[in-house]
Amino acid sequence: MRALSFPLYLSLLAFLALPVRAELSLLNVSYDVSRELYKDINPAFAAEWQARKQARIEINQSHGGSSKQALSVAAGLEADVVTMNQSPDIDILVERGALVAADWKRRFPHGSAPYTTVSVFLVRKGNPKGIKDWADLARPGISVIVPNPKTSGNGRYTYLAAWGQALQKNGNNAAEAQKFVAALFKNVPVLDGGGRGATTTFTQRDIGDVLVTFENEAALIADELGDERFEVVYPALTIEAAAPVAIVDKVVDKRGTREAATAYLNFLFSPAGQQIIARHHFRPRDPAVLRQYAAHFPAVRTFTVESALGGWAAVQKTHFADGGIYDQIVEHP
Amino acid sequence: MSAASSGLLRKKRARDTRFEHSNATREAPWVKRLVLSLALLFFGVFLLLPLILVFAEALRKGLEAYWAAIADPDALAAIRLTLITAAIALPLNLLFGVTAAWCIAKFEFRGKQLLTTLIDLPFSVSPVIAGLVFVLVFSTQHGWFAPFFQYWGTIASACRDGAPLAVAYPEWLACSVAPVLGDTKIIFAVPGIVLATVFVTFPFVARELIPLMQAQGREEEEAAIVLGARGWQTFWRVTLPNIKWGLLYGVILCNARAMGEFGAVSVVSGHIRGMTNTMPLQVEILYNEYNFAASFAVASLLALLALVTLAVKSWVEWKAEQSLDLNNDAQETSP
Amino acid sequence: MARRHKSVLPGFSLTLGYTLLYLSLIVLIPLAAVFLKSAELSPAEFWKVVSAPRVVASYKVSFGLSLAAAAINSVFGLLLAWSLVRYSFPGKKLVDALVDLPFALPTAVAGIALTALYASNGWLGKLLETPGPFIGSLLAALWLRLGGTEQAAESLSGACVEALAGWGVKVAYTPLGILVALIFIGLPFVVRTVQPILEDLDMELEEAAASLGAQRWQTFYRVLLPILLPALLTGFALAFARAVGEYGSVIFIAGNTPLVSEITPLIIITKLEQYDYVGATAVAAVMLLLSFVLLLLINVLQAWSGQRIRRGRG
Repeated sequence: MRALSFPLYLSLLAFLALPVRAELSLLNVSYDVSRELYKDINPAFAAEWQARKQARIEINQSHGGSSKQALSVAAGLEADVVTMNQSPDIDILVERGALVAADWKRRFPHGSAPYTTVSVFLVRKGNPKGIKDWADLARPGISVIVPNPKTSGNGRYTYLAAWGQALQKNGNNAAEAQKFVAALFKNVPVLDGGGRGATTTFTQRDIGDVLVTFENEAALIADELGDERFEVVYPALTIEAAAPVAIVDKVVDKRGTREAATAYLNFLFSPAGQQIIARHHFRPRDPAVLRQYAAHFPAVRTFTVESALGGWAAVQKTHFADGGIYDQIVEHP
Repeated sequence: MSAASSGLLRKKRARDTRFEHSNATREAPWVKRLVLSLALLFFGVFLLLPLILVFAEALRKGLEAYWAAIADPDALAAIRLTLITAAIALPLNLLFGVTAAWCIAKFEFRGKQLLTTLIDLPFSVSPVIAGLVFVLVFSTQHGWFAPFFQYWGTIASACRDGAPLAVAYPEWLACSVAPVLGDTKIIFAVPGIVLATVFVTFPFVARELIPLMQAQGREEEEAAIVLGARGWQTFWRVTLPNIKWGLLYGVILCNARAMGEFGAVSVVSGHIRGMTNTMPLQVEILYNEYNFAASFAVASLLALLALVTLAVKSWVEWKAEQSLDLNNDAQETSP
Repeated sequence: MARRHKSVLPGFSLTLGYTLLYLSLIVLIPLAAVFLKSAELSPAEFWKVVSAPRVVASYKVSFGLSLAAAAINSVFGLLLAWSLVRYSFPGKKLVDALVDLPFALPTAVAGIALTALYASNGWLGKLLETPGPFIGSLLAALWLRLGGTEQAAESLSGACVEALAGWGVKVAYTPLGILVALIFIGLPFVVRTVQPILEDLDMELEEAAASLGAQRWQTFYRVLLPILLPALLTGFALAFARAVGEYGSVIFIAGNTPLVSEITPLIIITKLEQYDYVGATAVAAVMLLLSFVLLLLINVLQAWSGQRIRRGRG
């Protein structure tokens, strides 16, 4: 028996380790909530590539928190392309080991961002607490669900949306803005690690009166978890979040996949790609497609990090660095 | 306790444990009831209810959806990767555990407590740090071996593109090894996942055996050696039968933890669907896709592991009993 | 390190050598990476990072709750192991098998399942947050069983609801929730270290104690507990060690409110996600040192209690 078990064990190992795939493949390292989108994009692109090149291509996907994913790529995860939800997560790949070219924003149209989305409110059916705009979130007795701005891009955008609109309301008075955001975060009972965690807390645990999240996420919640329990509220002014994409130059040069990677990212900007994007409730860049899906995307006044807050580098330094304004707010409530 | 008497005892305890036969090892009925109900209440609240919840969620959409979730190619790939990982990590840590326990429990030497504590250390290392550590060491971009990876990577792409090489040895040699060395992946691939798993399950077998072997002392082994047995013989014939339950627990725990590890593996996995996702990671992915039923279905497989180990344990127990009976019969028939 | 004790047993240098080699390769050298990386900070910077108020608060949460969870597990784990070895009861084999569940279940699943159970709308959370209706209806049912009138039963349950209003306990999204998760993940350690020792126990010891006239509890306290103590301490140490580093299950149930329910591993993750490798490894280094010292203390204590038994025996 004992003599037999070792070869048996070895052959089990061999069987388990056997299958290997060898063909043209790309790895797309992406953020958390884009998974449904790329599930549709990838086969569409593969079909188009097949028709054009008479060759098979396989797209592998990796999803996770945006910053965590960027860290993995910086540490050696061989992504041919990265598709993130905030520019700092691509900028870091420029700084660390020059994986991505410094001019990545100019490589593709629209600042290399094929779509945008906006921060909106999801409230319980009938809006029992009468939540209409940002000011309502800071009211005493309102419970707000937001993911942790330190670990989640979604949370970071929410924080910046609250900050930016408060700035505008108070004539660019930073002290007033800080007071407002502090009041808002006092109403947050749970800081989930990521956007999806916050959604679960709000929808499954029935905690909170309002969830602040991206428009596409709010639409998905309605799709996946039932329309009848929630409704979406658009604030008067909110933040527009562009989702940037880039080729990881060092990797495509090593693997010899630049052509395919470029074609893949270009596909996102093509009419076919933009159609799929719009179907997933992301706001497409193509005006024709946007018009076609206008019913899904109510017109809303927005600002961006670049237009109203001085760009990501400044935001990172003043707000999210250790000891920054966000730390001051949560440490001295 | 001699082997024969324990065999007889085992036969007797078809129902009751051996302790329930003697007044000396029995508690008053009310004490027994109190202890039992406290233990079972604790068990129910902290273990049984979560388990029931997992299965209730897994089966919420019916059996068909349950099977579909498990037969999904990505789920199957995750199951396979988890099995590979455990199949490599387990023997490594088993060998280490027995060796370390022998050396710590059977000998006196200075620094023993330090050594024991260092063996415990992986338990207290946050899984997050465990993963991070391997990233720091093996990163192809900034790790300790980064220059090695980068060097061979450059040569490999130069060979592929037919660019001239500046190497002091034959080009054909460089070009034949470069694709392999340049494409060696540790983290964000299976080796990294195995390493992280070995790290987090490192102390299990050792920690299970050390107190047991210490409690047993070394008189039996010393007697065997004095009577002329060789080292290996002593281990196989004397030590191993004494520690087999502890060893089995250790292996079971090690295996369970190896298959269930999430945090450390999550850091080094790279999360590539169908390629570097283990079962726990697949569970997280499905959960994050609001596919709650499928997510709990995969999780329930891991929960079932406990029941599989139960079966294995019963089988081993039965086997041991049988061989004991055989021995006893042989002893009885021989004059 | 080795001043060899005279022993007839073979294999000391071989086993010690292999143990040290494997330990170094898998644990010590990789962990050295943490200290090397954190050494990129000057001592003053290092101190500033690891003594920030939020970080200090997280040590308190992580270490305090881990100690509490390990203590609770030691008591109930011993009860459970005792029941499994000494008593026969229906479903015993199943209970025995399920003790390992916290290992097999991915920590994230454990976190999700525990949160679902202990949230205000969960099976247990509902009960704990508003115990009034449950206890009220229980009392009312009892009252009816005893032959009381329905009216009185109703007013009894009503009074109970009123009296217990505001007495509920919130578990999920509070430090108590963290405690629950830590108890869950640490339980098998205690049961599985105590169980083999209990199984191995000679009945003769207790029989001898009983024949010498010892009461049952005296036998337990004077004879059994000292034998179990080293294993119990080991179980405590392991449960504690595991709890300190736990991340996956805790973040779901903790609420993660800064200064209140933020655990140290979350602080490390937070720093990592901001590309602050150095800060993250600094906090990690402090955590490693603290748990190493605590573990060493427990192990010395364990060795001392083990020696006491052997001396007592000899």
